[in-house]
Amino acid sequence: MTLTATRPAGRPPAPARPRRSAPSRLTGLAFLLPALLYVLVFFGYPLISNLVMSTQNYTVRSFYTGQAPFVGLDNYAAVFRNPVFGTAVLNTVLFTVGSIVFQFAIGLGLAMFFNGRFLGSATLRSLLLLPWLLPLVVSGAVWRWMLDQDHGIINAALRAVHLASGPAPWLTSTGWALPAVILTNIWIGVPFNLVILHGGLRAIPENLYEAAALDGANAWQRFRHVTWPLLRPVTGIVLMLGLVYTIKVFDVIMVVTGGGPANATQTLTTMSYGLSFHDFAFGQGAAVGNILIVLATVFGLVYLRSARASLAETAS
Amino acid sequence: MTGIGVTTTVLLAAACSPSPAPGSGGTGPASAATSITELDYYADAQGTAAWQKILDTCAQQTGVKIARQSIPTAQMLPKILQGAGSKTLPDLLFTDNPTLQQIAGTGALTPLTDYGISTDGYYPGIIKAGTYQDKVYGLAPGVNGLALIYNKDLLSAAGIEPPKTWDDLKAAAAKLSANGKYGLAFSAIPSEEGTWQFLPFFWSNGGDLSHVDSPPAVQALQYVSDLVSGGAASKSVLNWSQNDVADQFVAGNAAMMINGSWNLARLDAEKSLHYGVVPIPAPQAGGKPTVALGGEVGAIPATGDGTQKAAGKVLSCILSDPTMLEWSKAHAYVPSKAAVAAEFGKQDPEMQPFIDEVGTAKSRTADLGEKYPKVSEALATAIQSAITGQKSPAQALQTAQQAGGS
Repeated sequence: MTLTATRPAGRPPAPARPRRSAPSRLTGLAFLLPALLYVLVFFGYPLISNLVMSTQNYTVRSFYTGQAPFVGLDNYAAVFRNPVFGTAVLNTVLFTVGSIVFQFAIGLGLAMFFNGRFLGSATLRSLLLLPWLLPLVVSGAVWRWMLDQDHGIINAALRAVHLASGPAPWLTSTGWALPAVILTNIWIGVPFNLVILHGGLRAIPENLYEAAALDGANAWQRFRHVTWPLLRPVTGIVLMLGLVYTIKVFDVIMVVTGGGPANATQTLTTMSYGLSFHDFAFGQGAAVGNILIVLATVFGLVYLRSARASLAETAS
Repeated sequence: MTGIGVTTTVLLAAACSPSPAPGSGGTGPASAATSITELDYYADAQGTAAWQKILDTCAQQTGVKIARQSIPTAQMLPKILQGAGSKTLPDLLFTDNPTLQQIAGTGALTPLTDYGISTDGYYPGIIKAGTYQDKVYGLAPGVNGLALIYNKDLLSAAGIEPPKTWDDLKAAAAKLSANGKYGLAFSAIPSEEGTWQFLPFFWSNGGDLSHVDSPPAVQALQYVSDLVSGGAASKSVLNWSQNDVADQFVAGNAAMMINGSWNLARLDAEKSLHYGVVPIPAPQAGGKPTVALGGEVGAIPATGDGTQKAAGKVLSCILSDPTMLEWSKAHAYVPSKAAVAAEFGKQDPEMQPFIDEVGTAKSRTADLGEKYPKVSEALATAIQSAITGQKSPAQALQTAQQAGGS
């Protein structure tokens, strides 16, 4: 379709065109088919069954009998009435935004630092990848120990440098638990940002900086007018992937706080899990899952719009 | 399709066995199969070895081959649900007793009377835990419960006797707390584990799961949250699983802990640690604690006459007195028959407090059946709300009653 549309006008005419385009369209379709089938089976089917499940009273019994009565939007109504839901939405947003902002900022800072060539730069950089290589359950468990109020190393360190008088209740107060979980997730996500942004920085030609230096640009101006605009495509990818990863984070929260204390770190993912596998209200669990999908799509569309706008801006 | 599958299997079985298989096609009683599949969650090193030994014994005694599958606890129910959905349930399964109601509710299980397994001699709480709609679907070779485990050295250095009442416990725990160490450790994490640790306080004081906001329940939650706010227990109980609690106890950070018998082997491995076990303190002097029954029940899903029969033979063997005793010794469980438990108590005095408690222990699903998981989750949240000071115990339990009841 696009091909025919973009074909330059005024080329020698047409009798050959239908004959040539028909087989090529078929071939194109043949190439497309496996991917289409894959998407339908592995993405389309679960998505639709999740939608269907969210309109059913799906219980443990339904797994055996295969019968789940249709209840319309009752599950959604129940979820909206659930007092935890508001907290979960707010926490999901705070967790996602908090994680991404700091992961990106720290990742970019480290990437710029390691972009300068110095002894041991490569070794250090690969060491910094460590958090990314560890299974999330391991990182989560270790952070849970480090954040322990009485015997955790973080409070010990804070006491040692006299930054804190008493032990900070990282995981035991409803106010501190969410920042503590976000902190853990930031630590886990920094290497990913570091690696991709470092790659992006490497792709920026050195002579642009030389030219900027000749023009008398200081470090900030070089960053603002050379690095930042040229890094923009990579930035977009990092933020987009970061968003997709972060909004669905489940293991980290589950291991560090289990959604507690007193629901203070419940997000939509942990709530969905709790409804499905603690309460056995699979329909409501599916409903929360669908709400999460909608939220992610909204975030994604907003991002795509802004990316398109900024792309148009750079092009013009 | 299924019909053809079944016929082919039967024909194949007939072709392989020397004598013709009687009762093929489900018209008469099928003979027992020669091999079955089994599913359990004894995934820790000690538990898995002990359980394998039991299965080997019973495979030998019954002549049935057992293909065992062992998975982490958290995956048990999802795995069973998958199996139920795709009709690939194991022939014999051992699951945490509060989930039995859910599984039996699907209609996937068969009553144990079908296999001539009787409930004579079992503690009543255990029979109740395995009963769904007046039929027994699951029985346990052993159960467990919670008790108060104390560090003998720390208590005697402070001149404190092991506590018997709530007041004793509070005073002792307060006296033993100083310099970053606490008198008492327990688990109050936001899951079934947290509820299970609270239930001995809740029930012993006269709480009732169908009215979780009753005055005795509020009093129990007040007592537990006062232990934390008074500094007798760390606020980190909000994050400690029972394994973490045992770690704290072993490290000497807690002088007493509420924990289960399955941890005793681990404590025994610490040569410098001298510990004692007493029942969980009761609200008043002379009172008896009511703990929740823990442990796994064996159940037989409807997988076909032949395999069910074979599974029935294996389960009978597992539930027989000698195997029951062997399993209890190997994994520090309490045998589920009173007579066997009494015998075990004579051999292992440290288990006696646990054995004493099983007599009065209550099954978690006794009052609520399938509704238990929802109430349990609401209760776990209430415990956390009270300990963090988000809500007063009364408010927290009112919220739980609304959430669990709706």
